[in-house]
Amino acid sequence: MTIKIANAVIAVVAGIGGILVLYLLMNLIVERLPQRWGDRLRPYAFVGPALLVVGVFLVYPMVRSFILSFANGDSTAWVGLTNYTDLLGAAEFRETLVNNLLWIVVVPVFAVIAGLAVAVLADRLKPTAEKVTKSVIFLPMAISFVGAATIWGFIYTSRPPGQPQIGILNAIGEVLGFDPVAWLQLSDWNINDFLLMTIMVWLQAGFAMVLLSAAIKNVPEETVEAARIDGAGEVAIFFRIVVPQIWATVTVVFVTILILVMKVFDIVYVMTGGAFGTNVIGVRFFEELFEFGNDGRAAAIVVILTIAVIPVMIYQVRRFRIEENAR
Amino acid sequence: MSTPTVSTTDVPEEQRGRGALSGSDGRRADAKRGSLLPKIALAIICVAWTVPTLGLLITSFRSEDAVDSSGWWSVFASPFDFGQWTLENYGDVLGGAGMANAFVNSLVVAIPATLIPIFVAAFAAYAFTFMRFRGREVFFAVIVGLLVVPLQVTLVPLLQFYGDVGLTGQFLGVWLAHTGYGMPLAVYLLRNYMSGLPVSLIESAKIDGASHFQTFWRLVMPMSVPALAAFAIFQFLWVWNDLLVALVFIGGGDNEVVTVNLAGLVGEFAADWHLLTAGAFITMTVPLIVFFSLQRFFVRGLTAGSVKG
Repeated sequence: MTIKIANAVIAVVAGIGGILVLYLLMNLIVERLPQRWGDRLRPYAFVGPALLVVGVFLVYPMVRSFILSFANGDSTAWVGLTNYTDLLGAAEFRETLVNNLLWIVVVPVFAVIAGLAVAVLADRLKPTAEKVTKSVIFLPMAISFVGAATIWGFIYTSRPPGQPQIGILNAIGEVLGFDPVAWLQLSDWNINDFLLMTIMVWLQAGFAMVLLSAAIKNVPEETVEAARIDGAGEVAIFFRIVVPQIWATVTVVFVTILILVMKVFDIVYVMTGGAFGTNVIGVRFFEELFEFGNDGRAAAIVVILTIAVIPVMIYQVRRFRIEENAR
Repeated sequence: MSTPTVSTTDVPEEQRGRGALSGSDGRRADAKRGSLLPKIALAIICVAWTVPTLGLLITSFRSEDAVDSSGWWSVFASPFDFGQWTLENYGDVLGGAGMANAFVNSLVVAIPATLIPIFVAAFAAYAFTFMRFRGREVFFAVIVGLLVVPLQVTLVPLLQFYGDVGLTGQFLGVWLAHTGYGMPLAVYLLRNYMSGLPVSLIESAKIDGASHFQTFWRLVMPMSVPALAAFAIFQFLWVWNDLLVALVFIGGGDNEVVTVNLAGLVGEFAADWHLLTAGAFITMTVPLIVFFSLQRFFVRGLTAGSVKG
């Protein structure tokens, strides 16, 4: 225990100290160079280490994963496209892809709706009540996916009929006269998938609310007033005046949650381990890597995931360019 | 700053951080106040959002017998039945289940993994903001693109590499990995913040003969404290709450972190809710303390960083 803590302290001191010494040294070298060379090289001394870290831990492994996805399980022989054809040919993997598709549609939509509803309604409260309400909705953002999975596992838990139901969902069912249901094993109509998605909506609604609330407060009051004078009702004002003006933020929130959900791992891993038809790409990848020890197929799975992210990546870089030019 | 996916212009600066969770200014509230329906709807939403966590918290303080024989909501009928309350669950989880050890490990992982990337990123952000050099646009576009790359894509090669050099199961391996994974976001956030600093100030420092190094250290870093704090909080909570990276590079055993420990408990004691709830609550303590004590920075950090791969 003490050794671990000492290690961490050394890591912080040596890590940060080492980094500062490195920059100081590089700066000294650059200062000694003739001015023309110094000016030319100095920026690279500043960005170099960051680019090196990004290169070693993100770019290179990404390229390497792509290469490994054409190799066999222990990366000793090339197998061409076999990993991809095996995966896409298996009904089990196609079901996993469909589940992921459900996740990336359902979760962002409901998180945005919940966040928007709270943002709009809380806007009408007194400041203190508004603050408390928003804090309550935002609080789950602090909780880890594993923690959230435990919290909701307790809600969904079921026991044989006759024993007291300690999970609130089955307890309510009992009061209404239903038999206890093993909710997470209920794969008809993807009910268990939706129950897992509920957890993510619960976690992410607060994020949606914070950004949307700020956007709503930024809608010019005159536009709302003018509509009201023209006799528009509150609902019409919301959908025809407010929503168009906050649409950019809605898109941002939607895309942000979508990216998060594409990679979902923890919740499914902890709650069902991907069983009962709930598997998703993140868990499938982990299984392939650790349970089956097939590096090639694991790499192929994440390459598929990364390819799915590329449109978002392009969109992001493009928006960034536009924004830069507007600066 | 709060919306790295796309834009910094969607949310005006004065609304970010300061007003994120605070009440409205009353500017428009007067006109619409009074209707009962929205209040009822909000009350229902708030209850629905609180019940899950409340059930966890209450159950973690109830004895095994009490948890097994009645739902946690029954405590509202008999809160003064002191026989049901206990701290034993926490003792069992911290000691027997190894959560105390995991808690220390989580701190050991999260603190260096938060502090180390900050300085590296700050130097880079300064160069991207205040220096002209060949490749600047391309490098930065790559960093923006990398913001959304799923970090899973790095795991297979890194795991093979760590296996070759003996870094698996070591803290050093996770520190380095998190430094890499946090870098695009850190550079992006800090550069966005720095480009909002008054250029005239930096120019006049240059005229006064300050080198880039001095300007960075004496002027830009102190002025960037809000952005540094927002990133630090985001990165710390991200690392603390992370399961995947910890599971892949450290796994179980003596060095396991709280999320790995809790995931193990869920598998092992699937029906012992008195233990699972106490374990879950222990893992949540640090994020909740950050939430309640640094709410302003917390909101800014989480909303700013939520796209991280």
